[in-house]
Amino acid sequence: MSKDDQILEEFTSKEYEHGWTIDIESEQAPKGLNEDIIRFISAKKEEPEWLLEWRLNAFRTWSEMKEPLWANVSFPSINYQDIIYYSAPKQKATPKSLDEVDPELLDTFKKLGISLEEQKRLTGVAVDAVIDSVSVATTFKDKLAELGIIFCSFSEAVKEHPELVKKYIGSVVPVSDNYYAALNSAVFSDGSFCYIPKGVRCPMELSTYFRINAANTGQFERTLIVAEEGSYVSYLEGCTAPMRDENQLHAAVVEIYVKADAEVKYSTVQNWYPGDKEGKGGIYNLVTKRGICAGDNAKLSWTQVETGSAVTWKYPSCILKGDNSSGEFYSVAVTNNYQQADTGTKMIHIGKNTKSRIVSKGVSAGKSQNSYRGQVHVMKRAEGSRNFSQCDSLLMGNNCGAHTFPYIDIENKSAQVEHEATTSKIGEDQIFYCTQRGIDEESAVALIVNGYCKEVLNQLPMEFAVEAQKLLALTLEGSVG
Amino acid sequence: MLKIQNLHASIEDKDILRGINLEVKAGEVHAIMGPNGSGKSTLASVLAGREDYEVSEGEATFLGNDLLEMAPEERAREGVFLAFQYPVEIPGVSTTNFMKTAINQVREYRGQEPLDAVSFLTLMKEKMKLVDIDQSLLSRSLNEGFSGGEKKRNEIFQMAMLEPKLAILDETDSGLDIDALKIVANGVNKLKGKDNATIVVTHYQRLLDYIVPDYVHVLYKGRIVKSGTKDLALELEEKGYDWIKEEADAATA
Amino acid sequence: MTQATNQNDLVGQLLAGFQKFESQLNGATGSVHSLRKKALESLDLAGLPSTKHEEYKYTNITKAIEKTFSFDTENTSTQIEPQEIEEFLIPGLDAHILVFLNGVLDPSLSRWEAEAGLEIIDLPTALKEDSEAISKHFAKYADYNRDAYVALNTGFSKDGSFITVKANSIIEKPVVLHYINVVKDGQVHNHPRNLVVVGENSHATFIESFSDVGEHESLTNSVTEIVIGQSARVDYYKLQNDKENVYHVGTTQVQQAKNSYFAAYTFTTNGAITRNNLNIDLEDEGCESHMYGLYLLNGKTHVDNHTAVDHQKPNSFSNELYKGILEDKSRGVFNGKIFVRQDAQKTNAFQSNKNILLSDQATVNTKPQLEIWADDVKCSHGCTTGQLDEEALFYLQSRGLGKDNARALLLYAFAIEVLENVKLEPVRKYLEDLISERLRKDF
Repeated sequence: MSKDDQILEEFTSKEYEHGWTIDIESEQAPKGLNEDIIRFISAKKEEPEWLLEWRLNAFRTWSEMKEPLWANVSFPSINYQDIIYYSAPKQKATPKSLDEVDPELLDTFKKLGISLEEQKRLTGVAVDAVIDSVSVATTFKDKLAELGIIFCSFSEAVKEHPELVKKYIGSVVPVSDNYYAALNSAVFSDGSFCYIPKGVRCPMELSTYFRINAANTGQFERTLIVAEEGSYVSYLEGCTAPMRDENQLHAAVVEIYVKADAEVKYSTVQNWYPGDKEGKGGIYNLVTKRGICAGDNAKLSWTQVETGSAVTWKYPSCILKGDNSSGEFYSVAVTNNYQQADTGTKMIHIGKNTKSRIVSKGVSAGKSQNSYRGQVHVMKRAEGSRNFSQCDSLLMGNNCGAHTFPYIDIENKSAQVEHEATTSKIGEDQIFYCTQRGIDEESAVALIVNGYCKEVLNQLPMEFAVEAQKLLALTLEGSVG
Repeated sequence: MLKIQNLHASIEDKDILRGINLEVKAGEVHAIMGPNGSGKSTLASVLAGREDYEVSEGEATFLGNDLLEMAPEERAREGVFLAFQYPVEIPGVSTTNFMKTAINQVREYRGQEPLDAVSFLTLMKEKMKLVDIDQSLLSRSLNEGFSGGEKKRNEIFQMAMLEPKLAILDETDSGLDIDALKIVANGVNKLKGKDNATIVVTHYQRLLDYIVPDYVHVLYKGRIVKSGTKDLALELEEKGYDWIKEEADAATA
Repeated sequence: MTQATNQNDLVGQLLAGFQKFESQLNGATGSVHSLRKKALESLDLAGLPSTKHEEYKYTNITKAIEKTFSFDTENTSTQIEPQEIEEFLIPGLDAHILVFLNGVLDPSLSRWEAEAGLEIIDLPTALKEDSEAISKHFAKYADYNRDAYVALNTGFSKDGSFITVKANSIIEKPVVLHYINVVKDGQVHNHPRNLVVVGENSHATFIESFSDVGEHESLTNSVTEIVIGQSARVDYYKLQNDKENVYHVGTTQVQQAKNSYFAAYTFTTNGAITRNNLNIDLEDEGCESHMYGLYLLNGKTHVDNHTAVDHQKPNSFSNELYKGILEDKSRGVFNGKIFVRQDAQKTNAFQSNKNILLSDQATVNTKPQLEIWADDVKCSHGCTTGQLDEEALFYLQSRGLGKDNARALLLYAFAIEVLENVKLEPVRKYLEDLISERLRKDF
């Protein structure tokens, strides 16, 4: 075994650190999926009739759909009747402050390095934590309320702001959009809701943490963000799950509605359990994320650092409808062992002078498969549109794969579209240069990978960038400078 | 400090070094000269531990330890520094970040506390003056888009930061104009001391006008065929390498 | 993913013609015949691809064929004067010329001389002889399970040519295959099939050229398999300057042995719907492949170039450059796949697709695709779509060029990057003239 292989071997042998289960009693629905289960979920959540109808309609739509097979991933077919669709951590009442939250739960967040208290005190990040399927605590709510910003759990939004939920739910990702979105629409249990009023600049990062805890549960959260004219918000999302042998399903939907002159930044650090070294267990992360720049000069930016999940199927997209609107997608996807990731974006240029930018950095190690799949579509009336895409793949080891599937569809002559992609391995000369300066090989690789991903990591808010670097270092062991 | 005995090295079954003997003591400056393909850069690479080369025979000790047994980073941490002929580009990693990682790993090896941000920056500012390098250059991605002169100055800057016991300069003069050459040589001279040694690998005598060697060795076909003082370098400048080649070829014929 | 729904009728019609086809074989049903039947079984199963098929997502040629062609009656007239052929020849090119009328090799119009190492036989004769080379190579490479049009061609493979180049032979004159569809009296459809086997350390050049005479529609569904021996070199040209009522599906399947060299040049300037598949398998180490393409489209012309390079072993190199200029309601589709298998370390693969759109009605769909399983590789692809550089246009105008001239000049410069790689002087001249004519006429 050559030295390089040894280092890679060490990387691949790094264990998942977030794998523990916590003992919080949960309130579960029976396994399986039918209209009764949906009624059960809806009743549990004391939902209005219209939402139940909406869910039932989604269920009927889903029942007639087929699972998509086009992605470059393969996994045993999911038995949708063997999943628990609702699992809420048992709590006496909705907590009014952190003091009332189950201390064990708080401990969980501490283990995650995101203690709510600490976050609240030190960073001023408002956090909504969703564990299994239910939102358990939202911090900073009062302070945000003063500005008219609504940041709460989805169920709370259904109760408190039904008119907003009713207006925007399904407006960006229609029920029938795809198989997993339809499933989510039928059974979603909770998630986050965020509303920024006209002209308001949200003064702090808003953050949601998702965690799947109970066994055999699927997590189906739903996030809805509405940014009114001229508003701004930066939104963070983090995910973890414990180690389990069985594969768990995660099928979330994120919808973002950006009006004229508004700007939304959405950042994700995804570290669901990726399965063990033999590829056993891990999360199936089948997620639909989409935003619409509905008004002129609207701006939407997606940044993602994907290091977890056994299977990732995720394409955060931008519909650039308003004139001069712009969409961005920055992505780092690291796969190791038997992980499979098929991720990318869609940039749909509808309005005039719309701009989009795609920067995708894939790192494959072990026996993993890492695919970029993206579409840039410039429609007929999208006069003067611009796109630039850069897709790079870095390969480590002989058994992994990197694949690039860009679709570029141009229907307007004034469009200017550029796509560049490269695939290469870490250079031996780069590693030697580092070691000659006294840096060990493991750190050298981490340093180089980190440098390679820099353009994307730079897009993350400070609080998250540090965590993302930690995750990269964790997936590719070694201290990252 | 460095003792090389009968060193043989090859790459892909091609013999490059065929029995090098060399001793370098603290405080000395040695120049290694020779025609193209004589094995000069190979010697530098083998000493620094580049894995492409296979050492088939001979030994090299550094401060009494077996140099060839050590991993490249151990050699670096023990105080061997190689200024690369072709410094490598690492996108996204700034020189500052790179040096901070390197210095703290070296310090850790030596049982020292890591430098905090302030002391590190202070050290950096001090060393920057030595090679007249700009702060903005150090914030850019390592060597990416640097001019030839900037790359070489950056090498000497890193050398200043790491304060090696043995510095090996591999064709550091190649591609430099006279001003850049002076800056680089000036930097090297300031770093010279009685406790450290320098090996200057070069094809031309010009650099030796500025970094004055105590000894000059001529490498040809993987062996040191002639050694002398700086006058030998001047003689080579004047007469070229042919007479040495003839002499050496005649001796082996 | 194959959808056979609406095409059942079409496939049915095509399959119905098989009995008649068999009767024409006059009992010449050697080993190839079972292959034909297997291919048609595959076609029957899969159906012809609709736009739901990923590989035909942007090119609905199946529907167009269904709408345009009738397969019940066949126009067999090949009435043509020798001078009508002349206009299709490449001026100044000293070559071996094979003329195919409606897919059938016509010896009276063809003219090739004996050249050492070169053997040309018409396919019916070759299949009748059923030589060792035929049983070894014929229909062994173009996979009919992968593409239903290849299945269709294989099923009806009868006419075409079998060309061999012996080892260590340098064939001085290029071999030109002129396919001429005579559509004066009605529609024609045919399935020409060629097998080219080039021996070790040899060098040869082949040109396929497609043209029509007459006003009716034609459908050509061709397959050419090229087997290149160790250290051999093949240059291959595909020239398509068809009329507006020409439908074309063509597959060129190339197998490269160790240290061999292959270069393909594909030029398309007209036609109704054209689909070119160029598949290159680099089966051993040290192979080199070049793919150059240029499409100048106007009217409603639809051109789809699909290329696939499969790096199977270490140290091979591939390079691809396709460029397109599109105006009116034309549509250009480019799909370039680069596969680098696990064994294919030290592969260098480059790909570039550049397009200029001159009209709001024109469309480009491009999908440059990299699939890599080896880690020590250098691969890159790039593609751009845009319009003419306004700045450059203005610069030329400020130097006194009229806007039309300036535009034509810039477009010519854009196209010439591909032409520069054409080594065969008369072909380059011919193409340059074609481009100049097009640019002057249209701008």
